[in-house]
Amino acid sequence: MPLLDIESLVVEYHTLRANVKAVDRVSLSMEKGHTLGLVGESGCGKSTLGLSTIRLVPPPGKIASGHIVLGETDIINCSDEDIRKVRGKRVGYIFQDPMTSLNPVKRIGAHFVEMIHTHEPEVSERDALKRGKDVLERLGILPERIDDFPHQFSGGMRQRVMIGLALALGPDLLIADEPTTSLDVIVEAQIIELLKELKKSLKLTLILITHNIGIVAETADRVAVMYAGRLAELGLTDDLFEKPMHPYTQALLNSVPNITKKGQVLSWIPGAPPDLAEPPPGCLYHPRCPHAFDRCKKEEPSLTKHNGTYVACHLYDRR
Amino acid sequence: MDNLLTVTNLKKYFPVEKGFLDRLLTSQKSFVHAVDDVSFSVNRGDILGLVGESGSGKSTTGRLCLKLIEPTTGSIMFEGVDLAKLHGEDLRRFRKNMQLIFQDPMSSLSPRIRVGDAVKHALSFQGVGTASEQTERTRAILERVGLKPWSNFYDRYPHQLSGGQRQRVVIARALVLNPKFVVADEPIAMVDVSVRAQILELMLELKKEFDLTYLFITHDLAMANYVCHSIAIMYLGKIVEAGSKEDVFGRPLHPYTLALLSSIPVPDPKAKLQRIIPKGEIPSPINPPKGCRFHPRCPYAQNICSEREPQLEEIKPQRYAACFFPRHI
Amino acid sequence: MAIMTVASPWIRPYDPILINVGPILSPPSAQFPLGTNHLGQDMLSRVYSGGAIMFQVAVLSVIVCLVVGVPIGLFASYLGGYTDKVASLVMDSIYAFPGLVLAIAIAAMLGPGVVNMALSIAVVYVPSYFRIIRSQVLTIKELPYVEAATIMGAKSRTTLFRYILPNVIPSIVAVATINFADAVLTSAGLTFVGLGLPVSTPDWGWDLTYGRRLLPSGAWWVIAFPGLMVVLLALGFTMMGEGLSELFNPRLQK
Repeated sequence: MPLLDIESLVVEYHTLRANVKAVDRVSLSMEKGHTLGLVGESGCGKSTLGLSTIRLVPPPGKIASGHIVLGETDIINCSDEDIRKVRGKRVGYIFQDPMTSLNPVKRIGAHFVEMIHTHEPEVSERDALKRGKDVLERLGILPERIDDFPHQFSGGMRQRVMIGLALALGPDLLIADEPTTSLDVIVEAQIIELLKELKKSLKLTLILITHNIGIVAETADRVAVMYAGRLAELGLTDDLFEKPMHPYTQALLNSVPNITKKGQVLSWIPGAPPDLAEPPPGCLYHPRCPHAFDRCKKEEPSLTKHNGTYVACHLYDRR
Repeated sequence: MDNLLTVTNLKKYFPVEKGFLDRLLTSQKSFVHAVDDVSFSVNRGDILGLVGESGSGKSTTGRLCLKLIEPTTGSIMFEGVDLAKLHGEDLRRFRKNMQLIFQDPMSSLSPRIRVGDAVKHALSFQGVGTASEQTERTRAILERVGLKPWSNFYDRYPHQLSGGQRQRVVIARALVLNPKFVVADEPIAMVDVSVRAQILELMLELKKEFDLTYLFITHDLAMANYVCHSIAIMYLGKIVEAGSKEDVFGRPLHPYTLALLSSIPVPDPKAKLQRIIPKGEIPSPINPPKGCRFHPRCPYAQNICSEREPQLEEIKPQRYAACFFPRHI
Repeated sequence: MAIMTVASPWIRPYDPILINVGPILSPPSAQFPLGTNHLGQDMLSRVYSGGAIMFQVAVLSVIVCLVVGVPIGLFASYLGGYTDKVASLVMDSIYAFPGLVLAIAIAAMLGPGVVNMALSIAVVYVPSYFRIIRSQVLTIKELPYVEAATIMGAKSRTTLFRYILPNVIPSIVAVATINFADAVLTSAGLTFVGLGLPVSTPDWGWDLTYGRRLLPSGAWWVIAFPGLMVVLLALGFTMMGEGLSELFNPRLQK
């Protein structure tokens, strides 16, 4: 039984111009202990997808249709009370910017106490603080620093605190949205190593949302590539990197420099992602695709399975 | 070797603003040692990559080279001209020789000025040609950077263009004056991944066409490896290693360079990497560590490293490192 | 937003002064739609012409503020250093006084008259312009596009007027409209207190003063209509301001 099952999820943003489908019929499922890398460029809907799993899509966004099931809980239709129990306790979420995700006037300890009390109000403040200190220690921060304020921490440390808060209640699923984007190179590597280690020791199920293909290559078991709100490709990491199937995946991999590859020639994708208020007919990628043919302009490709990889492309769907 | 730009013993210290009480009670001033005794030169036609993380001083160095800020001490010579001696009107006119490509295309264009005008201003501020000649040149450069036809873009406001298009406008604005030297401060960091290579290609083509020399400031080693000829690695206000790209990235000498190289994420799940990730984070540039600035995090540090500061020395011809125990790979 | 800009300014009162002498204190009727006051003056005409005066005062005070406050704000914050410190000190001192009290003091010193009223209101308001402009300029000064202007070789004057000023305008508009609205209220307040305009000039402030006294005798119309007009005019200006600032914002032109 998968831990998280998302089926045909549609998330729309209602704007004056049009109804924009930020997430368009995306389906994927997570097995316990697995790590999924959710990649795509800005505006592809990956963050929206992440937020939908805990029903935190900000207005004017709204989950329009589909199913999200976490264990036994129907995320979309459950009561407000129930979804609050899910957030933090069963799903830990690390938001994009550690600089602004912490309350600057509260000590770190207070953050932990608030987190724990929301779900386990019977825990005493002392015990909550002790748990916080344990978490900090495990993440490489001196436990005494639980009394410090956020501004006393550097960027990398704050991110560790965020990870600690997300893990404080021992959630089944951890979702990290661009956890290393605002960090320096070396600190980024430290955080990735930390996530890898926590993955092993806590047997975490992790969804890593990022536009950085590099960090996904070394942490994820499977990779899902999103484009303009739709799932383009979903497969095992090794398969995806070695033999990318969707033209967008191929182009994306070719545009990322690899310092270990000598004499690499970078390529790019001409044009720009589509305006979702007025999307092109058929496959959303066809205006930029070098392999586009007639069918691509008229018919939207559906997700088909080939040797364990799902891909939404007419090149593989010769029906 | 034709030296276009020579920087010698450049220092820039920013005073730290203290609270009212601190100012009353302590007379001690503290400074941010943003750039601390940096020397290098850039050859004509070269692309020098100034690589470092935050707090390394690379952006400040770039701006010092363009005299957007004044150095605390040290000299900058551009084609034999001492920048310190340029002021007022002379400085203003001299600026057409060196330009800057900014990191954030959105905030480097005034939201109230149409992009065509924004580019044309460079020409009109320098008094180059008549008004109609200026317009002609602006149209030409807009098309040259890929904004074709110019009529689709000239009268637009920045928010009406995509990120990649805005960055092209910034490049057009920097090049319309035909400068000799261009500082590019993280030019692709805020552009979508799939478009970055296109902007880089454009910059390289323009380099050939306009006979440019670039100072490429970045934290992205993989990108620096792709575009640059020579590299200088900066840490906490100092250059710790310099040399050709092949040498610095292929046979790094300084432990910090090693650490950087082993920290970059590689988009290849099969690549087996030797990760030597140092602990801790970059210390504050207000109170840098004594001795070698990297020693608290260096896996190879010895006693001398905390006592004396290693100078940047030419270890082999054209190969520089500031380390008592340079590694050889 | 166009609707707001058109509908709000209640700029009607440019009628010449009509002070009919009609029956004293008569309630609203066909001949005198808004009634008459204790001097037999037609309330409708008084409201009209009072409005004209109000408008003149408000516009004048805004103009004075713009002419004085904006340049000081711009130059002081752009140049920084002593200029900035001195200007800030002066402005902060003025700002420290409660508005209406200061206006009363200055109006008392200058004596009655439209121009003097406008001046006293302007003095009270200039520091607000200064503060807002200053904070905007300080922020914008550090933005990359200003750095870009420098690197292209722009003269300081050019940078200030073509790069900084256009981006400060939205906030100037915001302050100006609050200024308008406030000027209306303050001038009504000034004449209510007895300063500002001579008795012979029709003005809502006077009407409010007399209206207050006449209220116990049941003549509600003397105070009600001018009072309502004051509120409506102030509201109208505020809405116009919102409309104007949307107009000025290029981001909304898509």
